[in-house]
Amino acid sequence: MQQFNIQHFTLKLKSAILTLFMLIMTSFSATAEQSTENNHEDKGFNAGELIMHHVMDNHEIHIGPLHIPLPIILYSKEKGFDFFMSSNLTHGSSYNGYAMVHEKIYHVGAEGELTHDEHGHVVADRPLDLSITKSVFGMLLTMGIMLFVFISISNSYKKRERMAPQGMQSFFEPLILFVKDEIAKPSIGKKYQKFLPYLLTIFFFIWIGNMLGLIPFIGGFNVTGNIAVALVLALFTFVITSVNGNKDYWKHIYNTPGVPWWLKFPIPLMFFIEFIGFISKPVVLTLRLFANITAGHIIILSFVSLIFIFNNLYGAGGGYGVSILSVAFSIFMFAIELLVAFLQAYVFTLLSALYFGSAVEEHHAH
Amino acid sequence: MNPLLPELGLVLWMSVAFLVVLFLLKKFAWEGIIKALNDREEFIERSLKSAEDAKAQMSDLKADNEKLLIEARKEREQILKEAKELKDKILSEAKITASEEGDRLISTARSEIDKEKNQALADIKKQVAEISLEIAEKVIRNELSDKNAHEALIASHLEEQTK
Repeated sequence: MQQFNIQHFTLKLKSAILTLFMLIMTSFSATAEQSTENNHEDKGFNAGELIMHHVMDNHEIHIGPLHIPLPIILYSKEKGFDFFMSSNLTHGSSYNGYAMVHEKIYHVGAEGELTHDEHGHVVADRPLDLSITKSVFGMLLTMGIMLFVFISISNSYKKRERMAPQGMQSFFEPLILFVKDEIAKPSIGKKYQKFLPYLLTIFFFIWIGNMLGLIPFIGGFNVTGNIAVALVLALFTFVITSVNGNKDYWKHIYNTPGVPWWLKFPIPLMFFIEFIGFISKPVVLTLRLFANITAGHIIILSFVSLIFIFNNLYGAGGGYGVSILSVAFSIFMFAIELLVAFLQAYVFTLLSALYFGSAVEEHHAH
Repeated sequence: MNPLLPELGLVLWMSVAFLVVLFLLKKFAWEGIIKALNDREEFIERSLKSAEDAKAQMSDLKADNEKLLIEARKEREQILKEAKELKDKILSEAKITASEEGDRLISTARSEIDKEKNQALADIKKQVAEISLEIAEKVIRNELSDKNAHEALIASHLEEQTK
């Protein structure tokens, strides 16, 4: 009972912190957006713009001065599907009735004109953007790596039956065993085999995705730090939990056993609390992964940006002076991020496994 | 640009690609890997258990062997002791029989010798008698003229002979 209360209290605390965080993030991004709007003509260094540009999704991959165009796929009821390369839409030029402002593609008239409201936001309809963006490319790359690595590992397991692992096998086997024996088995119990393929897939997807984002000079992928990717992963966990939820799991939500009756009647307080817990699980999963990975990218980029900011403020000397500290801190952050890359994969997988465990757990006595 | 707003396009791509990859990995990677790992785990466990069993059997066998060895040693001592006793017995018996046999042989030899001696004596007596007869014959032939005197002489000779 005591533990029960604490659990709910921490849950409430967590959601309060999250709300605060969301507010801060939204205002931050809003100010960033506004400042980019206002300083568009200013050719000086803008750290906010640079960082947001790196963290957000993009229709090109930037490697140094190189801009690699990516395919754009658009769908709208009026025009159907449209395929072309993103190089057609750079620098505000319109193409085939489309124009791109801040990585958002809008329908435009024949003249390529866009109407803006008083805040400087574009007022126009958007087609469904199914482009292979930087994040989609990074995601597909991650999945491609996974398919290659794990199918070849599986083959070597078949070839070297009952023998000690070799090469890639011996690198990944401890991780596979870690997910199997340290995450799935203790969290889910007897029925863990059923969920193991999913848990292994999300663990390695998040880990490899995180690592991909940490490799410098390949365009700055932010796959797992994209809220859409994190959301889809969390929704998969949510759906699998709900589909596999047994009678006890659902009963725990709509009629929690072991609590006084006045918490359920006349006001179904317990139900509301449980329902918030039920809904907040995927939200928390999404935000934790997204925020941790994005924050890591922002911090590293901020340290690097400091060099240029000081360069602008105090000349080359300031830039060089700060670069010593900046680089040291960046290296430190990279080391932390390598740990976080693994940790977030572990946490996401562990929480998913715990949710599955709670869904299939057999309650005999409460 | 709001990083908190998920783009629908990316959500769709991610959902579809993730489902496909999940299916492919499950089918072509995880099932094989998990099966191989479980098989190997089971195999190792079984091997360890059988090794343990073999070890226990070995120690049992060793104990048995030791027991057998001790018994064998005891038996050997027993056999040696018996053999020694037997040898002593045989030796003493042999000594007794040998002495008895010797005695017997000596006595038979002695009686034989006696017999031979008696026979020899008898032979000698007979030969002496024959020789005497021959001598007497010769003497008698020589001195047949004086029959009486000779008869007297013969008588005295005979007397002497039979004495």
